[in-house]
Amino acid sequence: MTTLDMTGENAGTGRSKSLFTADKRTAARNAAERRFRAYGVVAITLAILALVWLLISIFSTGLPAFKQTFIDIPVTLDAAVLDKAGHGNPDEMASVSTIGYGKLIAKALSAEIAARGIDTGKMKPRDVAEMISEESAATLRNMVLANPKLLGSTIQFPALANGRIDGYFKGRVTMATAALDKNTSPEKLALADRLVAAGMMQTRLNLGFLTMPDASDQRPEAAGLGVAILGSLYMMFIVLVLALPIGVAASVYLEEFAPKNRWTDLIEVNISNLAAVPSIVYGILGLAIFINFGGLPRSTAIVGGLVLALMTLPRIIIPTRAALKAVPPSIRDAALGVGASRLQTVMHHVLPLAMPGVLTGTIIGLAQALGETAPLLLIGMVAFVRDFPKAPPMGLLDPASALPVQIFNWTQRGDPGFVERASGAIIVLLVFLIVMNTAAIILRRKYERRW
Amino acid sequence: MKDLRLERDVRTETNKIEARGVQVYYGTNHALKDVDVDILDKTVTAFIGPSGCGKSTFLRCLNRMNDTVASAKVQGKITLEGEDIYDPRVDPVQLRAKIGMVFQKPNPFPKSIYDNVAYGPKIHGLTRNKAELDEVVESCLRKAALWNEVKDRLTAPGTGLSGGQQQRLCIARAIATSPEVLLMDEPCSALDPIATAQVEELIDELRSQFSVVIVTHSMQQAARVSQKTAFFHLGHLVEYGETGTIFTNPKDPRTESYITGRIG
Amino acid sequence: MSLGLLCLILLGLAAAAFFLGRQRAMAAAGGDVRRLHSLPGFYGQITALAVIVPAFAVLVVWLLAEGFVIQSSALSHIDVADVPAGSDVSLVMADVTRLARGLATLAANGTDVEALSHDPVALKTALGAAGVAMGNDPTPAMIDAAKAVRTTAAQSRLGLSVVTLALALAGLGWALVRIKPEFRARNATETVAMGLLIGASLIAVLTTVGIVLSMLSETIHFFGIYPATKFFLSATWTPRFGGGSDLGIWPLVWGTVYVSVIALIVAVPIGLLSAIYLSEYASRRVRGIVKPLIEILAGIPTIVYGLFALITVGPLLRDWIAVPMGFGNSSSSVMTAGLVMGIMVIPFVSSLSDDIINAVPQSLRDGSLGLGATPSETIRKVVLPAALPGIVGAVLLAASRAIGETMIVVLGAGAAARLSLNPFDAMTTVTVKIVSQLTGDTEFNSPETLVAFALGLTLFTLTLGLNILALVIVRKYREQYE
Repeated sequence: MTTLDMTGENAGTGRSKSLFTADKRTAARNAAERRFRAYGVVAITLAILALVWLLISIFSTGLPAFKQTFIDIPVTLDAAVLDKAGHGNPDEMASVSTIGYGKLIAKALSAEIAARGIDTGKMKPRDVAEMISEESAATLRNMVLANPKLLGSTIQFPALANGRIDGYFKGRVTMATAALDKNTSPEKLALADRLVAAGMMQTRLNLGFLTMPDASDQRPEAAGLGVAILGSLYMMFIVLVLALPIGVAASVYLEEFAPKNRWTDLIEVNISNLAAVPSIVYGILGLAIFINFGGLPRSTAIVGGLVLALMTLPRIIIPTRAALKAVPPSIRDAALGVGASRLQTVMHHVLPLAMPGVLTGTIIGLAQALGETAPLLLIGMVAFVRDFPKAPPMGLLDPASALPVQIFNWTQRGDPGFVERASGAIIVLLVFLIVMNTAAIILRRKYERRW
Repeated sequence: MKDLRLERDVRTETNKIEARGVQVYYGTNHALKDVDVDILDKTVTAFIGPSGCGKSTFLRCLNRMNDTVASAKVQGKITLEGEDIYDPRVDPVQLRAKIGMVFQKPNPFPKSIYDNVAYGPKIHGLTRNKAELDEVVESCLRKAALWNEVKDRLTAPGTGLSGGQQQRLCIARAIATSPEVLLMDEPCSALDPIATAQVEELIDELRSQFSVVIVTHSMQQAARVSQKTAFFHLGHLVEYGETGTIFTNPKDPRTESYITGRIG
Repeated sequence: MSLGLLCLILLGLAAAAFFLGRQRAMAAAGGDVRRLHSLPGFYGQITALAVIVPAFAVLVVWLLAEGFVIQSSALSHIDVADVPAGSDVSLVMADVTRLARGLATLAANGTDVEALSHDPVALKTALGAAGVAMGNDPTPAMIDAAKAVRTTAAQSRLGLSVVTLALALAGLGWALVRIKPEFRARNATETVAMGLLIGASLIAVLTTVGIVLSMLSETIHFFGIYPATKFFLSATWTPRFGGGSDLGIWPLVWGTVYVSVIALIVAVPIGLLSAIYLSEYASRRVRGIVKPLIEILAGIPTIVYGLFALITVGPLLRDWIAVPMGFGNSSSSVMTAGLVMGIMVIPFVSSLSDDIINAVPQSLRDGSLGLGATPSETIRKVVLPAALPGIVGAVLLAASRAIGETMIVVLGAGAAARLSLNPFDAMTTVTVKIVSQLTGDTEFNSPETLVAFALGLTLFTLTLGLNILALVIVRKYREQYE
């Protein structure tokens, strides 16, 4: 064998003899090493900064939605105006429309301002009245109709302030923008400042954002998430009831009983593809199958729930199968060894042991379904829905909204007050998701077994 | 198989590596206790001992491969030609270019045979042009006794070779960086007897240029290829000396019982 | 009988059947459980299953078929020649359905429907008063058709109740007759249960079949009224709901590809480098903190990213880059949508690449480090080439995700279909147009609506192809190291 002495002939020119002195090339290579590491750090920093930026953007715009400006006015509910028949019968009182209540509130506001000696400048009484949200008349009317005994008494009524006034205290509206805005004026804002100084007007916590229904385009101050949250709950209920049992049953069959052949291979590939199909395709499916073919009404919780259930199914099957696979065969052998049937083995031993994994997967699948928007748009869920759906089961056939579509709906409105509402709704959605994902993590930490 | 002990001649007595008081901890586990060894130049030194005795751990200390294990901690002093390899000024990259390593399982890169061998010279910048690189690849493959088998398919993937060929490819790859010391961690444990014989023969030839340290669990192999042998047991270096002496006239009773098959 | 009540009765019958079956088994065994082949509960179960499974199966099939039967009974009253010009049968049928619903409301209010039905004008007024608005005056033929709808529906419901209840009772009788101590109730129950399990796993297949068939049939319908060559070859997209639309797919495909490419340019380097740093350099602690943080990005709903694009990123890009540099003044643009989508896709790339990089055997890294390579040389020259097929698969999956993404582009990219190279122009994508053509009140017979199904099918085919390709590549890659 030839021995070619390489060390003499081919050794690198700059190679250092001593270990203690780094040669030029090694120094360059180490610099490249540091650069490469820095790229990694930069990439991670960018990813985390993007997350932080996103959250800050949403929270800074959205948090004000949980506060609202109210004008506290003592309103005398004059029976002569509100109940002309004088029987205290809500059906008869309903003939007084919101316009009547609006006048009552406007009068009460003027009276209170005069009583406190607050200067309204050159503002006409009509302009003063415009500081109150048109929604508050409806709120007062509902209050009275629900409780006719209030007639004749004087109540301290927290009237919602107009969206622009509210925006002024949240920094969305300034004197400069108000001068250009036909919906408000610098005078109104100045009066609002004086009302705050007098203690009549206050920006405070507004739980109505979570309970009230949606409001029309001009009244962002009154828009709430009540209907949307209820709609989302209905749909999550349908998803849970349908996707969990079907998903578990399918996983048990595929993992424990199915023969390994081309047919089950096809089902496997099919399921992993279904998990990656764009969600909007499920919307098209729902529109074509459930609405056009099945004749179910549009925009209802039942159709939304069915579509989301189909979408969630593969996302439950995949983790469930993984959980079943993780149960060691020795458990099955033990049960089969004492004469249990295969189905009994699965039902009594394997499935209970896999349950934490199944539930974790289900919760994460539900969380994804909760935030899904696109398929719901296609089944007509963008419609403006103000009425709370009835109780299930019939309420599932009522027009419903859902958190993500409500957010989308608000982004499509003209009034800038709805941007705040949409961001606030996202905070609510994110809180739900955080709770669900935390539950999943706790479940996994607590019950996860390592075999 | 040819008994290489008959041809043994130790040409030089220069110390290449000196280890003094080496301790290794993996977390709380004290894996290596107070090891002193001198490794001679142009000599094959074998580390033998039962599984888990610390022989591989010590080998990985010699080129600081333990640095890649987060929980490992090395104490004591190891010098290469008088320079402490754990000195903070030492760049492990430069060190590993001088002390090459061949692993237990053949691990050719998923690249062509040529690229496998050329990898070291390329990253260390050992050649000026393609012609020189070609020359290095050829000479290393020749030294690894692989040239005749692969010269017609240098662009074929290295992973497509047989186990013995893969291991010789890894040896060629290691010597292509022209190291001064070659560490071999049970290089034949994944090979069949014929491939083992070829690799052993190769080791004996490599001795003319490098100092070779080989970890083996096979006493026959140690006896066949090495001039010096160190016996490790439970993290201690029990006995170190001429291979002939260790195998025919061990001083320590533990060495004797291992060699006669009582510790295994 | 309402559907809910029918279901409740069936469930009640099943519960009763369980106890009857169990009792009968115990009686047959003379009270000695040991003489039975199976535990008494299984006899109860098989009886309950015999009651409920056939009845519910018929119920589901019946409800699916009901629509067709009712439609055809109504259609028999409509003469195609009577359909006014400018309308078609499906529009008339929609009126008939509305009319039938109105008649039901009137009947529920106690109005004499029979008397009204001879007077179309009075009927229309009465319907208006009941809150059912009719577009056209109902013709006598339509009224007949509507009445036919009502009677057929009523008959169908009655028939359904009778048939399912009869089936349930027959099932009960069959099971009770068969119960003897030697009857293998457990095996029978398990056979039925296995059938149910198989049925559940078939739903996944049926979903795919449903997706393909529903989109395919409407797409064929679309190509029947709009030439396929124009759809696939035209470079303009100008839908007009009055007719005469130009529905070329290319501007949409261009927008989709442009947005996705920008998203991948953002996500692939960031995701891949993060994955490399986390798997090769980061300490366990850093990894434990950073990895979940990045994965939060994957858990955020897309509507949130959409709003982020709309209110933050869009205006920012417009005010700081597009306007000062003269690229236009649109806040929704390909760049906005692409950038935000890129952020969304980062965790897909990083977690998939992380898995793939970790699958590269440690021995390869040792081999390279042992030759004196630096960690970055090891990664660039050994680990990444070895992981390349897997990473390509991950990028394909991310691309499929980006192509199918809807909300970010709806809120961030704009609605204008145009073929432009300027990334700060508003453009539109396939998904945006599916949403805009299918939301709102639409009748399913105009090409402007039906085109959405053709777009959906295109999208489905494209993403399916990418997914399968990615799956095959990743699977091959994993086999290599197993």
